[in-house]
Amino acid sequence: MITLTINGLQTSVEKGTTLLEAASSLGFPIPTLCHMEGLSPYGACRLCMVEIGEGPRAKLVSSCTYPAQEGLKVRTASSRVLRARNMVIELLLASCPQSKTIQDIAAAHNIRRQRFRQEYEDCILCGLCVRMCEEQMMAKAIGFRGRGQNRTVGTPFDIKSDVCRLCGGCIYVCPTCQLRCTYTEPEKAICGGCANLAPPCVEKDQFDDMMCYMTPCVACEIEKD
Amino acid sequence: MNANEIRDIVEKHPSDRGGLIAILEDIQAKYSYLPEDALRLLAEETGTSLVDIYGVATFYSLFSLTPRGKHLCSVCMGTACHVRGAPVIADEFSRQLQTDPGETSSDGEFTLDTVNCLGACAIGPVVVMDGHYFSNVDSGQVKRIIKKTRAGLDDAQIKKHMRHYLYDVNCSRCNHSLMDPDHPIDGAPSIRLTMSSERQHGWIRLSALYGSFTVESEFGIRTSTVLDVFCPHCHGELKSPTTCPLCAAPMVTLFIRSGGVLQICSRRGCKGHMLDLEGAGI
Repeated sequence: MITLTINGLQTSVEKGTTLLEAASSLGFPIPTLCHMEGLSPYGACRLCMVEIGEGPRAKLVSSCTYPAQEGLKVRTASSRVLRARNMVIELLLASCPQSKTIQDIAAAHNIRRQRFRQEYEDCILCGLCVRMCEEQMMAKAIGFRGRGQNRTVGTPFDIKSDVCRLCGGCIYVCPTCQLRCTYTEPEKAICGGCANLAPPCVEKDQFDDMMCYMTPCVACEIEKD
Repeated sequence: MNANEIRDIVEKHPSDRGGLIAILEDIQAKYSYLPEDALRLLAEETGTSLVDIYGVATFYSLFSLTPRGKHLCSVCMGTACHVRGAPVIADEFSRQLQTDPGETSSDGEFTLDTVNCLGACAIGPVVVMDGHYFSNVDSGQVKRIIKKTRAGLDDAQIKKHMRHYLYDVNCSRCNHSLMDPDHPIDGAPSIRLTMSSERQHGWIRLSALYGSFTVESEFGIRTSTVLDVFCPHCHGELKSPTTCPLCAAPMVTLFIRSGGVLQICSRRGCKGHMLDLEGAGI
């Protein structure tokens, strides 16, 4: 067992427990986006930042990937943590404002506006779909391509993958809208569900019965600059 | 794409994650890019998923998934080159080759690339064309670099540094051509003669490139042996009354077809020679 202090409360957790799990077991809320039970920790969204250590050596780490250490002092809601967290939320809002998940997180943290150039991305590269496909569906049909600002999620060569079973797991976990409606490019379609509707989802009036993770579904209609 | 070639490459490297980049490099070296079929076959052969291979292939800018041109032109855009005007040079290449950076010209000759730093900041702006470095490039030189590349950079380099050019020679006795196109030396027809030395008798072939002293012979000749050289057609000895200005051995006379006389030293290893393009100095 490892003994550590979280927000002044001493607790003991098993070796290998992450700070996020330790804090959750004590009831301290830490917002997450790219974390999901059953998927390996990834540390991409940086929402779960906590402060560890003391004095000048205190630093911010992502709690979903940081394993508990003996005698560690963790603060989940210090002013430094809140400042970093609010910044991350603002940046997420700047890139993906139409996401219901991100809107909810922003609302819960009382963030009403963001200061950056507004973009309308389909993807925040949280890697949930990639890990879902690999670790739960055992398919490895989608993955990251490219590097830096050209990094995207998708199938190799942008054509339907032989190993994709159209399970829809990637769409289920997606907090934004990347892999949802690919009707307009059927050769790249991963799910194809909307294309099987008659009339298809691009004709909006018939769309009410379609299960959609965002109401109204607009991501595919927003003009990108 | 040949499936067996890919299998040979795969066999040469470890099939775990660590060998992947080496395999991709070899495939790219063979085909100049990574063909889709090759990646699919690679996934099958190594058991790595196609997603992972594709991820690595797209991550590194070294790898290309589209066919590349015959010549690869890399313009350095590192800080030092940038402040000395690399963007202007890249623009000029774009204009001359009518292609954008990262793309291949429509005739398939050139692929234009911008790279972040070649580590040769002191001689910047730097352009690398097929592995040949051009230093202190300005936009006026772009056209010349492209022209040089089209002509063949390796040839151009030899001409510039070593003053090579090709001979076409005849026997000075029977005027038969001595050129042997079936046995090229230095990429050009060789000059075939017969020679005798120390009771051995056989053929000897000289490079026809002026300034190249490459020699092939039927049997080994010790350095500084003086050879008796004969025409393979008329069997006459090609000895000249003049002696080598370097070692005083007799010279061998050959007629240059386009006019003029070439005399080379008959001593093995001596580079003494005389070239008289007017043909009046015998």
